[in-house]
Amino acid sequence: MADNAEILSGLAEIVEEVAGIDTAEVTREKSFVDDLDIDSLSMVEIAVQAEDKFGAKIPDDQLAELKTVGDAVDFIAKHQ
Amino acid sequence: MRLPDTTAGARILGIGSIQPDHVVTNADLEKRVETDDAWIRSRVGIAERRIADAETSLPDLAVEAGKAALKDAAFDPAELDAVVVATCTMPNPIPNAAAQVATGVGAAGVAAFDVNAACAGFCYGLGVAADMVRAGTARHVLVIGAEKLSDWIDWDDRSTCIIFADAAGAAVVGPAATGDEVGVGPVAWGSAGDRADAIRILGDTTNKLHQEGQAVFRWATTAVAPVALDAVERAGLTPADVDVLIPHQANLRIVEAIAKKLRQKGAREDMVVADDIVHSGNTSSASIPMALDHMRAAGRVRSGDVLLLVGFGAGLSYAGQVVVCP
Repeated sequence: MADNAEILSGLAEIVEEVAGIDTAEVTREKSFVDDLDIDSLSMVEIAVQAEDKFGAKIPDDQLAELKTVGDAVDFIAKHQ
Repeated sequence: MRLPDTTAGARILGIGSIQPDHVVTNADLEKRVETDDAWIRSRVGIAERRIADAETSLPDLAVEAGKAALKDAAFDPAELDAVVVATCTMPNPIPNAAAQVATGVGAAGVAAFDVNAACAGFCYGLGVAADMVRAGTARHVLVIGAEKLSDWIDWDDRSTCIIFADAAGAAVVGPAATGDEVGVGPVAWGSAGDRADAIRILGDTTNKLHQEGQAVFRWATTAVAPVALDAVERAGLTPADVDVLIPHQANLRIVEAIAKKLRQKGAREDMVVADDIVHSGNTSSASIPMALDHMRAAGRVRSGDVLLLVGFGAGLSYAGQVVVCP
């Protein structure tokens, strides 16, 4: 199981690949929509890759609740 | 009892397509719903789409596309044995489209039936037609994907009205020229009925199309590439053999996601990928044959090219096969 720091760095790599955002920009307090300008479809792509990488199921209705990078890291940590 | 003579292989002899004249741009939609050009282009990749007028029926579109394919094949419609129309947008459950379309193209009296596999419909119809030819049930079959989605769209629903459009595309399928030629590969197909609610015409008084956009996007970007790879494997080929990828034109981002996955599995970087949705919108069962027709007219696809077709949509249903461009 990955710890929170590993999840954050892994998630940042996925965000970089899907949305072209530098991994350094992907920090816990950032909002996916407001700060990183990631749309709902890119969020789905990020969720699918995160599921593969961390073995945590992220359903669409839960995905909408993950506002910040920190929300996503905590959710993955809890459900991996 | 006895059975008809069988044929080893089937092939596509000709293709054709038709779109209505009336163009609806993103700027036109901005006047109707709260949306904008940049948003539409970034989410679905569509710049414009074409909508039929009230006087043009779905069978009218199908007949025009069918005639275009017959002309391309230089094939006499009186020699057809069957007409298959893939559609999910007939105005009523009966009559079907195919019987009147057969009459309309000059093949009155032949076997004629509709296939409803929504956006996978053309690949379903093509698979059935190729098997009919191989089994000797028919020598020549006209397969048409035709949709008049505009009748089923809520033009005040900004999540769907920006996507869908009207069109028809067709192919004439017949026996291969030589015994060992395979022009239409084996179909890879299936369904996911547990997801029937994901895309549906609402059964209430509105009777308009509804789509769970995120769920469908997730399914399409994960489940469709394996179907395409299965079709390649069934044809005895590898992804590197594919010259042109023509996925159903659902959303440009889905198309790009499928292409990316295939390239991760060995498809070539120079594989041509259909992007007809940009100027045609999502035309369900019509999108694959129309994209092929447009790409061939533009010189992006040549006779003899190995084409990978894959349709997916409501049902949920999916189907794909490798074909050789006529």
